[in-house]
Formats: sequence, structure tokens, C-alpha cells
Amino acid sequence: MELSLTTRTVAEHTVLEVGGEVDVYTAPRLRERLIELVDAGARDVVVDLERVDFLDSTGLGVLVGALKRLRTAHGTFGLVCAKEPLLKIFRITALDQVFPIFPTVDAATERDGSGPTS
Amino acid sequence: MATVRLSFSPAPVHVRTARLVGVAVARRAGVAEELLDEVRLAIGEACTRAVTLHRQYGLTDLVTMEMSDSDSYTVRVIDHAPIEASVGLAKLPPDELAAENLTDDALTTGVGFALLAGFVDDLQVRPVDDGPGTEVRMVWPVTRR
Repeated sequence: MELSLTTRTVAEHTVLEVGGEVDVYTAPRLRERLIELVDAGARDVVVDLERVDFLDSTGLGVLVGALKRLRTAHGTFGLVCAKEPLLKIFRITALDQVFPIFPTVDAATERDGSGPTS
Repeated sequence: MATVRLSFSPAPVHVRTARLVGVAVARRAGVAEELLDEVRLAIGEACTRAVTLHRQYGLTDLVTMEMSDSDSYTVRVIDHAPIEASVGLAKLPPDELAAENLTDDALTTGVGFALLAGFVDDLQVRPVDDGPGTEVRMVWPVTRR
């Protein structure tokens, strides 16, 4: 399935909904979109992975790049993911200790202090 | 022994084709359904690694993937990059993953290797017998029907 990228605003967060396959072929498009968002002023960014069918190391590298970019810009970055196969990828790579990962967009965009951290 | 061989130019778009073929042959070979997601990911990582190396070294040689289903399902992904490119494959500790001084390439390589090692119980990375290059060999059990 082709990569799909849709942006919306939820509770003052920029939510990028990603669908399809994120791999060595499509990851550059995800990287470009994330850079565009930050360059356009987005500082609280959430990437929703619920419609992602496949995610490889290249896609993970793009997500880490976005995390670092937002950290530099004093922003926040979080992921939404409740799919066990994807969560297993984050655990195996230890990236579950790097990204704030939330089960829902609502949880990721809460402003009570439990939301994404940089 | 049934063997399927796929060779492709080192273009990212072909990695998806390799994954599709690798999983189709795995299913036909009798790899358990619950392992197929891991087979797909591991084959993708091995092929991504090979394609990335060929592009880094400006090589136009084809990347080769061989699948055989004798007593188990064995996939070999063969690149032709200088052997020193394989040195330094290691899983990165969590505190280094988002370090500012870690390059994107180093991060992707480390994460890719962590995924290969995490999803493939029987994994070997070794030099090819002839000329420069590395073979990533992955084996999964099959259930005969």
C-alpha cells in the first residue's frame, strides 16, 4: 500500500497521520513532510502510526530525526501506536525508551503534563 | 530442493518487490503464518542494507536474493560492497539512539541490525566466497503440509 500523509490540528498539536508502508522507498517523503511542518512553525508534533502497515529501520530513522529536530527547536514529539507488531519493533530496537508512545491521539495531545515530551 | 532467485538493481523501489516475493515463497514453503510479518521485515532490512551499501559505494551491480526450502526456509541476500562496510554492525544502546552526534546512516544501520537480530533466530552475516561482498543468511522453520 502506498504511503499516505494527512495533517490535522488537535488540541494545538500538529498531528501527522501516516498510512501504508514506510520503507527505504517511501521514508524520504515522510522526512520531507516532517521537515516542512517544523519549518512552517509546528512545535508540538504527533505522528499517528495507526494506519501504518509496515515500518522499517529507514522509517524509524526518519522519526528519530524529527525528534531531534524538534528537541533543537524546543518543541515536543510523540507517536501514536497501539498495534502490537509495530510496538514490538520499537521494543526490539529500544526506541520505546526514546519516543513517548501513546495508544490514542487524545492521549498524545493532552495538555495535563502527560502529553509528549521532548 | 526448490530454489527461487531474484536479482534486482540497487533501487529502493525494488526492496518492496523483494519483500513480496520473499513472503510469497515463505508461505509456499510452509513457514507458519504468524512468522510471516517477521519474515517480511527481516527480508526488507537485509535488502535495504544491500541497496544502501551499493548506493553508498556507487555500485550498479545487482543485489541477489536466493530463497530455498529444503528442510527449512533459507533466504540469502548478497551484496557486492567492500567487506569493511559490514564491520561495525552492532545494536545501539538506547542512550545513543537519539544522540545529536549520531548520523542518520549510522542510526539506520544500527536499528536495522537490531531488527534483523531480533526477528531472526538463525542469522549469519559473512563474506561472500568470491570477490567483495557480504551474504546475510536467514533461516526459518517450516511445517510440512
